Amino acid sequence: MTGEPLLEVRDLKVSFRTEDGLVQAVDGVSLSLSQGETLGIVGESGSGKSVTMMSVMRLISDPNARFEGEVLYKGRDLMTLKAEQIREIRGTGIAMIFQDPMTSLNPVYRVGWQITEQIRAHENVSKQAARARAIELLAAVGIPQAAERVDNYPHEFSGGMRQRVMIAMAVSCNPDILIADEPTTALDVTIQAQILSLLRKLKDEFGTAVVLITHDMGVVADMADRIAVMYAGRIVEQGSRREVFYDAQHPYTWGLLGSIARLDRPKPRRLATIPGQPPSLLRLPEGCAFGDRCAHRFELCDERPPLLNRVDGNHLDACHLEPKQKKELRETTIHPELIETAE
Amino acid sequence: MLTFIIRRLLWTVLVMFVITVVVFVIFFKTPGVDPARAIAGRNPSALVLQEIRAQFGLDKPLPVQYADMMKSLFVTRDLVSYSNQGVKVVPEIAAATPATLSLVFGAALIWVVMSIAVGVAAALLRGTVFDPLLMVVALIGISAPVFWLGQVANLITQGTLHDTFLFSWVPPLGYNPFTQDPWLWFKGLIIPWITLSILYIGFYGRVLRANILETQNEDFVRTARAKGISERRVLLRHTLRTSMITFVSLFGLDFGALVAGGALLVEVVFAIHGVGYLTYQALGNLDLPTIMATVVYGAFFIVLVNAVVDIAYAWLDPRIRPT
Repeated sequence: MTGEPLLEVRDLKVSFRTEDGLVQAVDGVSLSLSQGETLGIVGESGSGKSVTMMSVMRLISDPNARFEGEVLYKGRDLMTLKAEQIREIRGTGIAMIFQDPMTSLNPVYRVGWQITEQIRAHENVSKQAARARAIELLAAVGIPQAAERVDNYPHEFSGGMRQRVMIAMAVSCNPDILIADEPTTALDVTIQAQILSLLRKLKDEFGTAVVLITHDMGVVADMADRIAVMYAGRIVEQGSRREVFYDAQHPYTWGLLGSIARLDRPKPRRLATIPGQPPSLLRLPEGCAFGDRCAHRFELCDERPPLLNRVDGNHLDACHLEPKQKKELRETTIHPELIETAE
Repeated sequence: MLTFIIRRLLWTVLVMFVITVVVFVIFFKTPGVDPARAIAGRNPSALVLQEIRAQFGLDKPLPVQYADMMKSLFVTRDLVSYSNQGVKVVPEIAAATPATLSLVFGAALIWVVMSIAVGVAAALLRGTVFDPLLMVVALIGISAPVFWLGQVANLITQGTLHDTFLFSWVPPLGYNPFTQDPWLWFKGLIIPWITLSILYIGFYGRVLRANILETQNEDFVRTARAKGISERRVLLRHTLRTSMITFVSLFGLDFGALVAGGALLVEVVFAIHGVGYLTYQALGNLDLPTIMATVVYGAFFIVLVNAVVDIAYAWLDPRIRPT
């Protein structure tokens, strides 16, 4: 942790009015991100991880959405900024790359045009200078013959190359924070590794803080300094990579860890799964949202939702079990041969 | 791009050839239709019919007749009307074209500008009462038959309110050539323009609104917003630009059809002697040379406008560009 947090989300709540009722997509999420840090947000589809970060950038324009809480970026609350002020932060302060590179670029404009559009929206530079920078950026993200490719249209690139273009665009104004929303989900496995190493390289070069949204524990293991595990709109566990991987506190995290296929361990007979489905966000249970799927549920779990408690240091966890019980139960939940207890 | 244009032009020639052959065959092979009889008038004697056939070349084999007609239509341009003896068809159409073009171009300008305004406004005002209100008004515009609208307009501007200050500026019905008096040309066409464009404003406005709403949910619009460009620019350069693709292809079809004679009803109601009016008369008289000439004219414009639209389409959407 280095000094003041760059971004701090405080008790963010996002709900959507729908015909069936109020959907509580994000329910009291608090996060912080320091300069140059990589935060991994993990969770399954619908757990609220994308909505959280989209809300940070105020990218949800749905008139039925309601927001509560604070998002402090360099001390300013983004939730209260005017449209014009948030526009200035987008791209220069916080930039975002999205899940599907096939649809995230405008099909009717050349990629160079799309990059220079962002540069020229924020900086008073000539077309030529912006274009030269676009070519540099494309080369920096590993696009061969960038000087020619700058004039290609998105459909003339492969998925991986398009994601590189998206990354080039996102870093074009040297943002402090780069939000990557499942940047590799839509890509081939071989390309995934390339994109991740590119992100790591850019992060090291520019000192950009990264928020990596993913459902892939392997990706966060590779990239993240800290990890937040989300379930049903809440953070259920948060801690350093080491803490979450080697001293996981929440049964849901155990389930996620147990479901990773590992090649460096004896092969389990069957990969562990988490039974059941996440609860409907329309009618969250009164107790723990994970209760229905949890093998270690007891009375308290049905009575009230667990609070996010400090385990130690910055390791937080939302489970009613006692720390001692957890240690024992964890062994049986995650395959014994998969677990390394924290020294 | 050049090969694309050349290919389109060759295609145009082929289409026009097929159309002329089809019209020609229909005319001569429809049971009960005898061109000689149509020319001769009531109760002609066999001798008269014989003479007419010889005079108009109707006794020659069909392919020869076709070739003759095409020759006098395209090469010598002296094709003569069957029903109006002595009237040459090509100059007649050439004389009618400016009226039709004036009518359709003016209406098209109005409907493009207005429908974009309606579509964008409705999409932006979504969630307020103005969106459904605009859409209902658009629907009324679509539902109102153009000949009825035209008659009502005439009734008001030429009849009941003509002597008031409101519509005393409206000139009598008919087309006034631009070259003679541009101001009169404009004043005479403004009511027909509005009448013709109302249907299309409603229709295009609704289509555009739907397209904008669809495009607004596209990932690339979210990307554009995340880039920190202004909302105005997101709307104009990203949402609207991409939404215009359907709009343009529809426009090509409608515009071509109108220039080709589809503005017939408006031309008749406002006594504008354009190509639609001419076609209408020729069909009533079974006047093959005029029909043939208007059909060729119409086909030419439809194919031409479609070619222009395809080029515009390729410009709007790089994905369909031939490589």
